[in-house]
Amino acid sequence: MEHAMPIPLPAAATMSRRRMLGAYLAEMRSECLRYLRAPGFILPMTLFSTVFYLMFGVLLNHGEASRYLLASYGAFGIIGPGLFGFGVSLAIERDGGLLTLKRALPMPPGAYLLGKMVMAMIAASVVVALLLAIGILLAHVSLSPGQMLALLATGAFGVLPFCALGMFVGTLLKGQGAPGLLNLVYLPMAFLSGLWLPLSMLPRALQRIAPVWPSYHLNQLTQAAVGLNHDPLLGHVLALAGFAAVFLWLAARRLRRNG
Amino acid sequence: MNVSEQVVARLAGVEKRYGRLVALENTGLQLRRGELLALLGPNGAGKTTAISLLLGLLRADAGTVELFGRDPQDVRARQRIGVMLQHAELPGTLRVGELLRLTASYYPAPRSVAESARMAGVDDLLTRPYAKLSGGQQRRVQFALALCGRPELLFLDEPTVGMDIETRQRLWAAIRQLLAEGCSVLLTTHYLEEAEALADRVCVMARGRVIHEGTVEALRARVATRRIRCLSAVDAGVVCSWPAVTAAERRQGRLHVTTEAAEAVVRRLLDADPQLSELEVQRAGLAEAFTELTRESEQGLPETRREVA
Repeated sequence: MEHAMPIPLPAAATMSRRRMLGAYLAEMRSECLRYLRAPGFILPMTLFSTVFYLMFGVLLNHGEASRYLLASYGAFGIIGPGLFGFGVSLAIERDGGLLTLKRALPMPPGAYLLGKMVMAMIAASVVVALLLAIGILLAHVSLSPGQMLALLATGAFGVLPFCALGMFVGTLLKGQGAPGLLNLVYLPMAFLSGLWLPLSMLPRALQRIAPVWPSYHLNQLTQAAVGLNHDPLLGHVLALAGFAAVFLWLAARRLRRNG
Repeated sequence: MNVSEQVVARLAGVEKRYGRLVALENTGLQLRRGELLALLGPNGAGKTTAISLLLGLLRADAGTVELFGRDPQDVRARQRIGVMLQHAELPGTLRVGELLRLTASYYPAPRSVAESARMAGVDDLLTRPYAKLSGGQQRRVQFALALCGRPELLFLDEPTVGMDIETRQRLWAAIRQLLAEGCSVLLTTHYLEEAEALADRVCVMARGRVIHEGTVEALRARVATRRIRCLSAVDAGVVCSWPAVTAAERRQGRLHVTTEAAEAVVRRLLDADPQLSELEVQRAGLAEAFTELTRESEQGLPETRREVA
């Protein structure tokens, strides 16, 4: 097979490291701006867990129950931006042709994913900060600064496996069908891993399969952050990393094949 | 410079199937530096597949696909192209200036936001959110995004759909300016007058194959048909029976004759009706040539292939 010689690039036209970094930053900035200006997309994700916490953690419960619920609604609130921020926007962008355009443009391949990841991390951190404010100011949960930071960090990084899961769901269908399917994943998974009711109140069979759900492991981490779980955490961190890797791989494979 | 260095994009012997459907079969086309190639063909002819291959969105099942001598999936090749797709819903909450800055950030040496906006005629829209623009304004913004990276090759997929005549003319002028600067353009369009106005060469596709490639003139010359119009009392039915006349009819009082032997028919018409007036003879346009070509290719298809496609 004959090949035409590559036409040499002019020296000035190679992508400098600085411009490459600039492309990543521009993508992140755009991704954050576009959603901050669309409150209809952001608010439901953040309000869900904060309203629940206000009702059950402040009005109906006090003391250690409020501490427990801060962690479990925290896990619930962290999952949302990952699943919906990634899944819904990917499904819509695949449908509208934006993803096709971006793949045709010389966008650095990682910039698109990183932009959405950063947006989800920021949204998850905002949710945790709101819950912390409610917990400390209204429910009078006492937390050390270290515990607060631990919960914030769990939010920022714990959202990532759910980004991967949302991304995978976003590759399964296009357009407006995504929120429905994501809720079918989100709500049962939250219930089955003890984010709404403590696991001890669920049937034994459900308790036994709880570690199947990534949200169960996230809940163990948020409980540890507020000082309610003193077991080793490495296993949960590895489980979440494993979920992230598997769903990222599945999603990337589907995107490569189907666009 | 030798010829191979002038080729900016190339398909050679390309095959692409979707399951049992053959989208492209032994397709070849070349785009040279500084020229505009118009890719024409009915829906389902394989134009979109050909473009998707050159953009690296699809992989060919067989054959060679090259962009600046590289694999189109190599980002270094795509840093030299600009793209305007037929369907792309850009983020509606971002302002035009922000979209331009974002897209320009992907390129090594982009134009300034002001320059891109001026070339595409969107300088007055920079602070407006994309979703608030009319359809024609959105197309102009997409054109600005296509040229903002200072591309050496521009892919324009149906760029003027939804534009009014004046906007279309301004876009054509901008395309001509880019061509004059040495940029190459691969244009797909349903408007044959657009191809006629801009193209150096046209490539006509049908049923996954390139059925004609050449200059606009060469394509028109392939069709020998000419049309005669005049005011005359001669009966259309009689003219129909004359040799080399393919059709004759009377529309709005005028006699319309289609023939491959215009001179002979005109002579006979003048003899038959000395009162004949307002005589016009026209060569068939690109539209007729195109229709004829695609019809030929349909008729030339063996029965079996028609079923598969």
